[in-house]
Order: sequence, then structure tokens, then C-alpha cells
Amino acid sequence: MVDAVLKPGAAGKAFSVHDEYVKAFRIVLLARLLDEKFASLYRMGKIHGGVFLGKGQEALSAAVGLALQKGDIFAPLIRDLAGRLAFGEPLLDSVRTYLGSPLGPMRGRDGNVHRGRPREGLLGMISHLGAMISVVNGFLMAHRFKGIKGTVGATCIGDGATSTGASHEAINQAAVEKLPLVLIVADNQYAYSTPTSRQFACSALEERAAGYGIEVQSVDGTELSDCIKVVSEAVDKARAGKGPQMVVARLLRLCGHGEHDDANYVDPKLKVSSLGRDCVKVAEARLLQEGWADHSAIAEWRAESAKQIEEAVAKVQREPTPDPYKEDWCALASKHLSETHEES
Amino acid sequence: MSITYLDAIREAQEKALAEDPRVFIYGQDVGSFGGAFKATKNLAQKFPGRVIDSPISEDAMMGLAVGAAIGGMRPIIEMQFADFSTAGFNQIVNQAATLNWRTTVPCPITVRLPCGGTSGSGPFHSQSMEAIYAHYPGLVVMTPATVEDAYSMLLEAVAIDDPVIFCEHKYLYYHLKAEKLPTEATPVGKARIARAGRDMTLVAYSAMVHEALAVADELATEGTEIEVVDLRSVKPLDTDTVMASVARTGRLLCVGEAWPWGGVTAEVIARVASEGFGLLDAAPQRLNAKDTPVPYHPNLWAAHRPTARSIAAAARRLIRK
Repeated sequence: MVDAVLKPGAAGKAFSVHDEYVKAFRIVLLARLLDEKFASLYRMGKIHGGVFLGKGQEALSAAVGLALQKGDIFAPLIRDLAGRLAFGEPLLDSVRTYLGSPLGPMRGRDGNVHRGRPREGLLGMISHLGAMISVVNGFLMAHRFKGIKGTVGATCIGDGATSTGASHEAINQAAVEKLPLVLIVADNQYAYSTPTSRQFACSALEERAAGYGIEVQSVDGTELSDCIKVVSEAVDKARAGKGPQMVVARLLRLCGHGEHDDANYVDPKLKVSSLGRDCVKVAEARLLQEGWADHSAIAEWRAESAKQIEEAVAKVQREPTPDPYKEDWCALASKHLSETHEES
Repeated sequence: MSITYLDAIREAQEKALAEDPRVFIYGQDVGSFGGAFKATKNLAQKFPGRVIDSPISEDAMMGLAVGAAIGGMRPIIEMQFADFSTAGFNQIVNQAATLNWRTTVPCPITVRLPCGGTSGSGPFHSQSMEAIYAHYPGLVVMTPATVEDAYSMLLEAVAIDDPVIFCEHKYLYYHLKAEKLPTEATPVGKARIARAGRDMTLVAYSAMVHEALAVADELATEGTEIEVVDLRSVKPLDTDTVMASVARTGRLLCVGEAWPWGGVTAEVIARVASEGFGLLDAAPQRLNAKDTPVPYHPNLWAAHRPTARSIAAAARRLIRK
């Protein structure tokens, strides 16, 4: 795992080897290219419903997935394609879910970012913000009951979700139970169109942590190496039994809320500020600057990712579509208790 | 020995905890205090670490239950009052109820809702929530009316692989007694003929079953034989048993303590009217609480909900039609 190769020191000089950075960069790059493919398919009318990109948040998201281990729990939010890939979600899962393939984990019953493999610790989010935090708490409680030690649960929310009652209840609950929860807050400046000035009145979201009695760290969400360092440290602390950990990352969403949204409300000044830096470009520059990769290597990685994506999309486009006549239309696991009554 | 409805609920939970290590109880004041109604009395002491006090956070209580269920546990959540479950509504109807259908991972959770009116409890400690939960796909909604059913259905609720909304009536907690706990049970999903009769079908569930039985006794003295059907669970709803009864009697009166709009009584009547119209000798009737919040004062409260008196009046009107 990433934390194994980190050494203490100033951010930017933390890596004794570049392998982990390269690994993270390649995930970030793959996520960006896959998101761009989804956006393209959306514009072509090939995707039903919405498309929600993680553009600008890939570095933070990848850091979360990379810091987790097998047996850990991860509840991603809508801009966490990079984190999902880093955690081990097969690339095909996202393509199949966006294209509604019955061979995907959601089988056409749910779409886009609402996918998961709960048995494998990857929870599929519902749309109601803040609602997944207590579910992660419950999964961690199950581990506690079963005597499974050393696992953590991580989940991501945005600045908007911090305003929900569900978030407050769940963070407090995790603190009361001293659960190994890692809460990643991507303060991306807008909840859909609402700026943070209309979302909260404290000067920074980190201030909330004291009220819950949990630890908090801040990170520049545009800087991949910082994200890896801070998130992995938070995960390590949770794993070591130090209770819930909160990480607040500052960055800017570099896309609309969804692809239907042109985001014309974003303050132009933010776009040219340090918050508006593109984490992929920042990471790429760092690779070149440190001499960890040259232009041709990066071009090769890009081509490999693009090929992987094209192959997955081509495969899924040949797959069948959901058949309403084969659907059992039963919401219950206990089939014998399903309502058989149907209006003619 | 005499066992109350509340004892039965406590006994069922003790049995579930004793027999299945996946079971735990989570709710407000359920630990060493034993719960607001003492439904978990002594259980925290008998099962250390498995009967856990929660913060006053209905949303997070339910979310935790879903996560624990995904992790292989079988949580029992006690809502202190059914009314407060609205604060956890999102997690119940959108998280727990959709999980199996969306992901193929079952969600075995039992949500205990102390429901229904008791005198003096007022608008926020008296509600009957069965209809609103029955509306959502992915939930089983149980409404036990007897000590035996409170026991056996709660055990079944814990064993079922789906989220179960277990509506236990607070009025029955102390008023209803049985000699012993049952060793056999009617399966969930099957209604019960609580009293046979040939002149009219009176469909009820939960505490209203006892009002219905009192009415049947009273009208028997007037020569009217009422068949009382106890639905036991409102979802699934045993339409077959109701229809078979209506086929015998030709008349249907359906009673519920919940509000009238779009509820269980409406559903029963809709089914009988659409599928069994020819069986009916008179238009089907229903009786519910009045369409206002539940009042505090006993005078108002007694007039707000159906009672043996108002049900008897409705039954007499129906028999004359």
C-alpha cells in the first residue's frame, strides 16, 4: 500500500521511490479519460440518465482508494471514479452501469454512479447526501461484532453534504462508537450551483471536527502527493484505533454538477486561483519535473488507458439490454412474501 | 403464569439473541435502562455488548442497521415511538428497502415501532405508520394483534432476509395477556379468522382486532354473525382470505386506527371491489381515525379513533343495506 513507501518530511519530498506516485497517476489518468468517454457517450445520446464526472477531484479520490486495503469498506460519492478504480472496482462495472448492461452489478436496475459491490466492501450510494456515512458505521460495527480487526471504512462527501442532518448524525455516531471511519470532505466550492457562502457559516469545515470530538486534517486537493500523504495518514490513524478521522480537501469542481450543467455560475476568479488547478496536469508536471517519467512514457500510459476504455465500451455495447419480461419485479429477497396482487 | 404482549416482545428478542449470534439490538435507552417501555429489560445484562444505546439519531440508527446487515448481522432497531421513525424515514425506504433489489444483497433488519394511540399521548406519540411503510416496495409490514403473534411474528421478522417494519401496538402492551408463549405459528402473510360468522366480514389488524371482536360479541346478541379477519401482516396482504370471507358473507367493513387517506382499509376495499365486486351484496365500507393529528385529551382521543361503539354503528348500518 501507498503508506508503506511514505516517509515523513515536507510534502513533495515524501517519496523515496516514485512507483507509488506513478501508480496513483495512472489511476488518475485512467479515471479522467474514462470520465471523458462517458461525457462523450452522453453527448452522443448513448447513456440514459445523467453523467457525473470527477474532473478536478481525481487526485483526492485516487488517494482514498489507494490508502485502503482488502477487507476495508469504501462508500464513494458521485465524483469518485478514480477512488473506485484504485479500490479495485473493475472498469467494466462503471461502463456496464452507465450503459445499463444486465451483466453489470446493477443490471439496469440502477445506473451511473449508483453502483457497488457491497459484499466486497464497495457500497453503492443512494442519492440522498450524507446517507452512506452511517451505513459505513454499521459495516464497521459488523466487523467489531465478528471480531474482524484492523479494517477501516472510508467515505466521501462534498461541502454540500456536510449540511445534511444525516451527516451530522452519522459523524457523531462514529465518534460515540470510536469507529475506524475516515471521512473525506471534498470542499469543491459548489454544491450543484450553491457556493459555500450559502452552505455554511463557519470559516472552514475543519472547525466542525472539534464539535464531534474527532481528528481533522486539511489538504490541497489539487496536489496528488499531498492527497496521498494526508489521506493515508488518516487511514493509518483510524486503523490504529484512534477513532474517526476527517480530511477536508480544498479544490474546485472542473465540470458541471452533471454533464447537463454548463456550470456558468462558477466564479471566474476561482478558476484562475490555485484551487482551480487541474490535478491531472499538476501531477503530470510533477512527474516530468522529478524525472519520474518523460513525455513519451506519459503518452504511452495515455494510449494504454484509452485502449482499455475503448475495448470495454465496445464489449459492453455488444451486450444485451435488460429485458422487462425476464425481470421478476420482486423487491424482496423473501420471494414467498412478495405481493402477488396486481391491478389488471 | 400470565404473559403480556410486551413480555412476548421481550421474550422473542431474548430468544433471538440467545439463538443467533448475528442478532443485536440498537436504539435509544435500550441498554441497561431496558427501553422506554421495558421491552429490552435485562437484555443488556444478559447479552453484554449486544444491546446498545444509540444517540438520538433515527437516521443514523437505521443507516447503521443497513451497514451491519450488509456485514452479515441481523439488527433489531427499536424506535422509541413509531412517530419518531419519520426522522429515519429516508434510511428505511431508500436505503434498507432498495438494497436487495439494487444489489442482490439482502437487508435483514427488524424495525420495531411502538405504534398506535393510548389516551393522553397526543399528536407525536400515537401514530400508526403501517400504511406509509407498506406503500414502499421492499418492506414487510407486520401488525400483530395477539400475544402469540407478537412473539412468533417478531421471531419470524428477525429470521426474514428483508427489512421488516414491526408495528407493535402500545395499548396492547399491558392490556393483552396469554397463558403461555406459542410453540407453533401461522406463517407470515397469512391472515387469521379471529371469529367465524356468516353475515358480514369485518377486517381489522393490530389493536382494532379487539374492538372488532367486541363488536362481533355485541351484534351476536342482535342476531348478526360477524366474521372477524385479523390481517396479521398488512404487507403482504392476504387478499385470498379476505375474499373468501366476503364470498361467504357478502358484506365488508374494514377498520383501521390509521388515517383514512390511501391506507390499509382503502387497499383492502380496492382489492375486493375490483376483484370481488360480484360477491358483494352492499357497497363495502371502511372506518378509520379522523383526518386530523391524534388529539391529546381523552374525550377527543376516544372520538378520533374507531372504537367498538363507532364500529358497531357502522356494522349496523351496513347490515341494513
